[in-house]
Amino acid sequence: MNFSFTEEQLALKDTLAKFIERDYSFDDRWKIIRSNEGWSRTHWNQLAEIGAMALPIAEQDGGLGGSGVDTMIVMEQIGRGLVVEPYLGCALLPVALLSRGASDIERAGLLERIASGETLVAFAHTDAGTRYERTQTRARATYANGGYALSGKKITVLGGDCADRLLVSACVDNDTAASLFLVPSNANGVKRFTYPMQDAQRGADIEFANAQATLLGERSNAQSAIDYALDVACAALCAEAVGAMTELHKTTIEYLKTRKQFGRPIGMNQALQHRAVDMLMHVEMSRSMAMDAAVALNDEAARRAKTVSAAKALVGRACRFVGQSAVQLHGGIGVTHELNVSHYFKRLTMINATFGDADWHLARYGESLLAA
Amino acid sequence: MDLRYTDEQLNFARDVRDFTKQNLDPRVARKVLEGARLNREDYLGWHRALHKKGWIGVGWPKAFGGTGWDATYQHIFDEVTADEGAPQLIPFGLRMVAPVIMAFGDKTQQDFYLPKILSGEHWWCQGYSEPGSGSDLASLKTKAERVGEHYIVNGQKTWTTLGQFADWIFCLVRTSGEGRPQEGISFLLIDMNTPGITVRPIIMLDQEHEVNEVWFDNVKVPVENLVGEENKGWTYAKFLLSHERTGIAGVGRCKRIVKRLHHVAKQSTSNGKPLIEDIRFRDRLAQVGIELRALEITLLRVLDAEREKRAPGPEASLLKIKGSEIQQTLTELTMIAAGPAALPYVREGDGTSQDAEWLSDEAYRHASGTYFNFRKTTIYGGSNEIQRNIITQMVLGL
Repeated sequence: MNFSFTEEQLALKDTLAKFIERDYSFDDRWKIIRSNEGWSRTHWNQLAEIGAMALPIAEQDGGLGGSGVDTMIVMEQIGRGLVVEPYLGCALLPVALLSRGASDIERAGLLERIASGETLVAFAHTDAGTRYERTQTRARATYANGGYALSGKKITVLGGDCADRLLVSACVDNDTAASLFLVPSNANGVKRFTYPMQDAQRGADIEFANAQATLLGERSNAQSAIDYALDVACAALCAEAVGAMTELHKTTIEYLKTRKQFGRPIGMNQALQHRAVDMLMHVEMSRSMAMDAAVALNDEAARRAKTVSAAKALVGRACRFVGQSAVQLHGGIGVTHELNVSHYFKRLTMINATFGDADWHLARYGESLLAA
Repeated sequence: MDLRYTDEQLNFARDVRDFTKQNLDPRVARKVLEGARLNREDYLGWHRALHKKGWIGVGWPKAFGGTGWDATYQHIFDEVTADEGAPQLIPFGLRMVAPVIMAFGDKTQQDFYLPKILSGEHWWCQGYSEPGSGSDLASLKTKAERVGEHYIVNGQKTWTTLGQFADWIFCLVRTSGEGRPQEGISFLLIDMNTPGITVRPIIMLDQEHEVNEVWFDNVKVPVENLVGEENKGWTYAKFLLSHERTGIAGVGRCKRIVKRLHHVAKQSTSNGKPLIEDIRFRDRLAQVGIELRALEITLLRVLDAEREKRAPGPEASLLKIKGSEIQQTLTELTMIAAGPAALPYVREGDGTSQDAEWLSDEAYRHASGTYFNFRKTTIYGGSNEIQRNIITQMVLGL
């Protein structure tokens, strides 16, 4: 057992940290989120040059073969900088999905283009009106004339605004289990409604009406790959939250030291001090659980599910407590758009709401208590 | 980063489990698993078995007869023995006064006291708190006046845990009224059989005798019982408290309780279904299980930092607060699981009094008593509010 990082991991962390400090200041981010696209191809390419996209891709697929811990390191920095480029949606998630849900041949060319940053692939999974259900069966694909035609409506597709290709979960004909399809986002029968989200990331609701689709992997056999990919995403969100919470806590402590009322720093008030300590506890407990989840990604499915859901449940609660507390301790300035505090708060709120909130994951963890 | 144990560590865990199964009195294990109160012999039986094996000096360096185990081994030992129902090792001798004697005592003191702590011949108790000095410990008033080759000690200590069993007490006493309150304190070792010492029980809310008042009326203590220098006791006192940091979280014990509670919730029924299927109960159990996992990894992070001689980060300061909160949650959850079986008052005492065998639901026999008893955990060892003050100053720099 050890908690130390390797030389390479320390270098990776350092590179990402420098990228955030040099190229992703709060002002840089302002410019990006106010642009028409809402994200920056330049910064996306920088991340690709650093190797962030190739990192999660296996070596035999031409990637760097990074581990869950490597991904955790990247996501923590992404959380620190509130990076809006869809690294989770258009790199980690599709890579995880393709690694287990597509054959070697199917994924070869695609992974190469993801690694270089050239192609963005998003995962269209959530059927409208199903909340966080992981087994999605409303979208349907019909098989005719040697090909598949896909119909259905998918919502809140992360990076769905800018993706070139879409990975879509759907059931074929009368199947009860999902299959995985690849659809170019400009194909006939694909209609995208793109929007900025509360935290300035971008997404889309996407309607498919008999869109021509390519089946990946085996028909009716995609669920385990989907579960794996969503667990990878949840572990990544935990790490992102730790980065964001750490930064937000630091900012809050600074504010408590400098803001004066009644002739002294407000941080001299015990009510505020103890709230700040409770925030720290949430951050450190979250850090521990993000590590646990990162390490568990290669475990067998039941154990992985239990560990990842434990982490996401705890981190989800922490996101809420740390976010709300930071706003409260900042007072009026905390509820303005001009200060980064509200931006961290919004991202943390949405991390909890993405791929299962604290209650949803608590329930999933609870299922494991029934089984054991 | 790797959160798994090495093969060597897993082998050690197996050895500890085998030894515990073979040497722990099953009657004592049962009491521990049920949450019953233990008597002096229950504790000492396990203590002597470990001493015979050479495993009692957990966390002690080999030079003083300790195991020399690193922090991870100590954690494994704690976890496995707790899981088997071994009594907690009473910390006052082994983990509190012993490190102080090792670090600040002279050779004569080390040669006399340390072997007797290991063998169990000396049971120690702690003389820190006083009626007017709780969180503000440095305001203590118990006085030790130097007269020839003796100190004459007068005053009162309180909350002395298991003082009724103790052979010796280590005390913070005031030897000077000069300077800041912290500057006039000395660290004194006192034989509990010395004339002038009176131990009076304080009966706690669970109607049990666990803590005491200890009165000192012109108690003559030889000067050679002073540890280190006169008026430097505050430094030793703080050293002692920092030594207790990782043990206080009680992770091993909590893991055992979660496991048992999980088991009990599957066996007992509520509205005709296993209690574990009650979603409100299951959510609570899940929540505390998750927090305990987070605490355990946080503890392992601290131990890892110590092993690598890195200074532990802010995570170290949180262990007492989080650990005590989780312990309390677990006692509360056990009481909730018991439902109406939590109502009876079960007298425990020393085993000679009325037994609890008449209670049908043995899993819950001690549920409410333990719940009431465990309110202490967020108060002792520096209340959780004091801990928050400490973190505010030492970690947040506010």
